[in-house]
Amino acid sequence: MPSTIDKKVLYAYLEEIKDPEVPVLSIIDLGIVRDIKMNDDELEVIITSTYNGCPAMDMIATAIRVELTTLGFKKIKITTAISPAWTTDWMSEEGKRKLQQYGIAPPDKRFSIPKDGVECPLCHSANTRLISEFGSTACKALYQCNDCKEPFDYFKCH
Amino acid sequence: MPDMVSSNKKTFEKSPLISYVLHLADTNLILSQRNSEWCGHGPILEQDIAITNISLDLLGQARIFYQYAAHLTPSPSPQGGEGSNPVTEDSLAYLRKEREFKNLLLVEQPNGDWGQTILRQYLYSQFQYLLYEQLQQGDDEQLAAIAAKSIKETTYHVRWSSEWVIRLGDGTEESHDRMLKAIDEIWRYTGEMFIPAVYEKQIGIDFNKMKEDWDVKVNAVFNEASLIPPSGGGAAVFMQTGGKTGTHTEHLGYILTELQYVQRAYPGAKW
Repeated sequence: MPSTIDKKVLYAYLEEIKDPEVPVLSIIDLGIVRDIKMNDDELEVIITSTYNGCPAMDMIATAIRVELTTLGFKKIKITTAISPAWTTDWMSEEGKRKLQQYGIAPPDKRFSIPKDGVECPLCHSANTRLISEFGSTACKALYQCNDCKEPFDYFKCH
Repeated sequence: MPDMVSSNKKTFEKSPLISYVLHLADTNLILSQRNSEWCGHGPILEQDIAITNISLDLLGQARIFYQYAAHLTPSPSPQGGEGSNPVTEDSLAYLRKEREFKNLLLVEQPNGDWGQTILRQYLYSQFQYLLYEQLQQGDDEQLAAIAAKSIKETTYHVRWSSEWVIRLGDGTEESHDRMLKAIDEIWRYTGEMFIPAVYEKQIGIDFNKMKEDWDVKVNAVFNEASLIPPSGGGAAVFMQTGGKTGTHTEHLGYILTELQYVQRAYPGAKW
């Protein structure tokens, strides 16, 4: 087992773990890894859920355990923190860029759920409209572009 | 070891905080179960997705309340024997009986038509929003943390359901009539939200303030929806109570029969 931990290196490894529901984003991009600590011989990773009912959390915790085990850590503890509550403010700029390229409009701090005006991630028109506040996962809402006519997901500001 | 079992039960019943946390967990679980009955049956695809998303949020909230209740419950003696299984979020959800459930009567009522489901969701979400507002300022750190995280989700539920109440109440003659019928069916279960059970008296919630704020919000939405709450004229309306202390309407037994079936038929079965 590594005797000292370099957080930066560990974060780089955790960057390999993707959100199973939005596979373009890593758990680091999403901001759900809150801290990594070494308590004596136990490595503790503190994570937080995006939405309370997010079904990906168990898979993510397992993926972290597997990743750290392959790095040689023997004692691993994964703690889920509730407070402070997760917010899309913790999403990295890199993550927002990746979302846009993937075809999901990234969260926009100026508004939570606008009726219109969310930039279409495909043709970049702002001439769009809200179809439903609830989309394919808890964290997304459904929009349609009035210009290119494509429906798209918007990652809700939370 | 019958002695141990009964003494565990005493501790369990006597802790107002555990009872209160279970009340919150049960209410979210049962409404989640009810809403999930719409899965694949919503009026249009987007709304089917919306109601099941809300169902998932409520299930997530129920889970963290059950986890907290399990954490608060004293561990059984390590000697083993009957009653020595640890209390977990799953045992609390799957292995308690109808009379042990403390959910609000409102959330166990049948879905009825889409209008009745919407109305139930709105009346509850509006209450839940005000409750979380108070809980996040409260003395219990864990409840405050859960409330602060959950209120973000409840904000969506209030907005979505209130828009639907307005759309249906102020829609066609048919939709308006159905909303009136829905009010008739479920209004009598709303009073219970504001009548504290014994275990709620030390939690530090101002029920009177919550009731006043709820009335103002609901009246505003009803007004926009061309609907009149039964208490609008100031007349006293009979309110059914009992859910918080385990006396339920006939519906809860059927819900639990379905929800708990697998664990009852195959004890300890894992996914």
